[in-house]
Amino acid sequence: MASFTAAAKFLAPVAAARSGGDSRAPPPPFPSASLRPRRKPAPSRLRTVLAVSSDVLSGNKSAPAAAAHSAVTREEALELYEDMVLGRIFEDMCAQMYYRGKMFGFVHLYNGQEAVSTGFIKQLNQADCVVSTYRDHVHALSKGVPARSVMAELFGKATGCCRGQGGSMHMFSAPHNLLGGFAFIGEGIPVATGAAFAAKYRHEVLKESGPDGLDVTLAFFGDGTCNNGQFFECLNMAQLWKLPIVFVVENNLWAIGMSHLRATSDPEIYKKGPAFGMPGVHVDGMDVLKVREVAKEAIERARRGEGPTLVECETYRFRGHSLADPDELRKPDEKSHYAARDPITALKKYIIEQNLATESELKSIEKKIDDVVEEAVEFADASPLPPRSQLLENVFSDPKGFGIGPDGKYRCEDPLFTQGTAQV
Amino acid sequence: MAAASSLHATAAPVAAAAAGSRSVSAARSVRVAGSGAARAGGRMVARAATKADSPASAASSKSDGHEVLLFEALREALIEEMKVDPTVCVFGEDVGHYGGSYKVTKGLADMFGDLRVLDTPIAENSFTGMGVGAAMKGLRPVIEGMNMGFLLLAYNQISNNCGMLHYTSGGQFKIPVVIRGPGGVGRQLGAEHSQRLESYFQSIPGLQMVACSTPYNAKGLMKAAIRSENPVVLFEHVLLYNLKEKIPDEEYVLCLEEAEMVRPGEHVTILTYSRMRYHVMQAAKTLVNKGYDPEVIDIRSLKPFDLHTIGNSIKKTHRVLIVEECMRTGGIGASLRSAIIDNFWDYLDAPIMCLSSQDVPTPYAAPLEDATVVQPAQIVAAVEQICQ
Repeated sequence: MASFTAAAKFLAPVAAARSGGDSRAPPPPFPSASLRPRRKPAPSRLRTVLAVSSDVLSGNKSAPAAAAHSAVTREEALELYEDMVLGRIFEDMCAQMYYRGKMFGFVHLYNGQEAVSTGFIKQLNQADCVVSTYRDHVHALSKGVPARSVMAELFGKATGCCRGQGGSMHMFSAPHNLLGGFAFIGEGIPVATGAAFAAKYRHEVLKESGPDGLDVTLAFFGDGTCNNGQFFECLNMAQLWKLPIVFVVENNLWAIGMSHLRATSDPEIYKKGPAFGMPGVHVDGMDVLKVREVAKEAIERARRGEGPTLVECETYRFRGHSLADPDELRKPDEKSHYAARDPITALKKYIIEQNLATESELKSIEKKIDDVVEEAVEFADASPLPPRSQLLENVFSDPKGFGIGPDGKYRCEDPLFTQGTAQV
Repeated sequence: MAAASSLHATAAPVAAAAAGSRSVSAARSVRVAGSGAARAGGRMVARAATKADSPASAASSKSDGHEVLLFEALREALIEEMKVDPTVCVFGEDVGHYGGSYKVTKGLADMFGDLRVLDTPIAENSFTGMGVGAAMKGLRPVIEGMNMGFLLLAYNQISNNCGMLHYTSGGQFKIPVVIRGPGGVGRQLGAEHSQRLESYFQSIPGLQMVACSTPYNAKGLMKAAIRSENPVVLFEHVLLYNLKEKIPDEEYVLCLEEAEMVRPGEHVTILTYSRMRYHVMQAAKTLVNKGYDPEVIDIRSLKPFDLHTIGNSIKKTHRVLIVEECMRTGGIGASLRSAIIDNFWDYLDAPIMCLSSQDVPTPYAAPLEDATVVQPAQIVAAVEQICQ
């Protein structure tokens, strides 16, 4: 298998300039241009877009997408399918529940991007970490957080994964190593960098070695985040210390209503990896098998201690930025272009064509997931809201930091509270 | 174990609090016993309120202790904690090979290695966030801002992630970081290097704040902050790093939420912290000569306030003067004033006075800079006014 590190050095001189309203031409079958070294500077950056794949499988340079991925087993394919269907059906249910007044605030749905979450997170162990943004429901589900916990959290119930205290944009799960859920873009990337640092520290300082290698952290974020300082600062630090992290850019071309091209001087995000000394890889994020191949290699690299990778996934969200977004700026032909590349439809087609499963088996998976999501809603509905007494819990890990007693007054009358936190 | 400190000379250690009793009552008994010695000697005796089970005996200290400068005391605390707990690590600019801009981490990289004493690039927001992520995964980072003011760049991470993640995760992740660095008005360092971030950070829910002021409390608070499961901001002061004091040889840890009785008195409660403690004590000399008996409390814990110690003092003196280095608007004094009014209104015989820095960016010129912060003469005048 050709390493994409080789490919990454010779990034194809294909411009990703996409003018705001124009639809992208559907990708022609691509030649091996992606592996050819750049001989002279590109004359102009404004070109029609080709969908560039990392094409890590050597010998398949011009093969159509389906045949290039014969290396997935039936079990793996069904696992991928089920995970993507779970993401889709769950998010569709969220939309329903929101409009029925069961879910509130800002809810950002992941429809269309499932291949990225599934392709990456299904390659992880339990000990590996995932850090996401506000578009985190599906990352949580892929990492193994039960659908009922996520749904209950969205309903604001005490049985939610964060006891109802986080909400849609703050999904956390310690047992599943989901480190958030962040509302401000970019602020999760340093946290992910810290988790990766801790993995390296555990190995080198604490001498705790996992059997496979270093625990890996994945940081998911969007195209808008790639113009933010924290992104660049963390690319630098991660490469400097060879941290076991993969930076996964979910480039869906839009940051609310701001087109990536209107916001970014050089829109080819994957190229920013080599500027910091790490491989930058561009992958078709609507194809879960391609994502999976890239993910595998990036994760293994990190696990071996070779450092970070920047992976840009070309993807698309079928819905608006959030349920409050009227989504008027995106052109219908752009939307239909990507709807035709629905990752779930594509995988279904592949599975059937490759005889990995039958249509009715896939249907039964969909039915199973329907039931799971229905059950999640029932569970969330039946769960209690948090009691008022929960308000002051969890503000401090050590509640002496509060200084305020349960009656809402300062604890100045209780001398016990000054006994301190440290035990000598 | 009690210790003495002053800006200009060291004094002999005073007998320690009785072990086994609650810290507050222990402090009381020590205060009563020691106050005579303090006044008779004419020297300022600072006494730290100590934990009940700290290794102290009623009779005498086990050894003489050793003299350190404040930055060395912080360093000792770091070294002790890093030796005992391998998850404690330090992040910051120039903390490693350079030894720290104020030498707090001098030699630590040689002792503990480049990963445990991490020289970061100049990216405060990101390395603070890195500390948060590392803390969530079991480490205990001590994050240094080379100057406290630089941590304004890390405000995103400090407010959103340090302060909030324990809550928004429903208690699943704890963030036991220590964020520390020198702040306050120095000697003509210019406006941006003379900031007081305690007022900016105080509203952040989930964050604890302490300010050290003597080598003794610096070491004890640093150790307590490292051991605390909460995110703690430890405010040091640029001008106090070279204070010299004799501190105990035995290990001790102070209580993060406790205030320090610096000078017991009867006429007025003066609440202060960090460098202003020394201006207050200087004013106290003048006040004593004029026949006043001020009670000086170094509040140390900026969030939460130790309203227990403060309240007991107010119930005795009925008059309060707050002396702080924050700006008047929205400072620690402003919050303290309202907390006192809420809780101790009935005990007040006079309006609370609060002396704060001027609401100006700290000027470079020396006379203007002096006029920005509270000077001892103003403190004397304020006490005279309150005690009329």
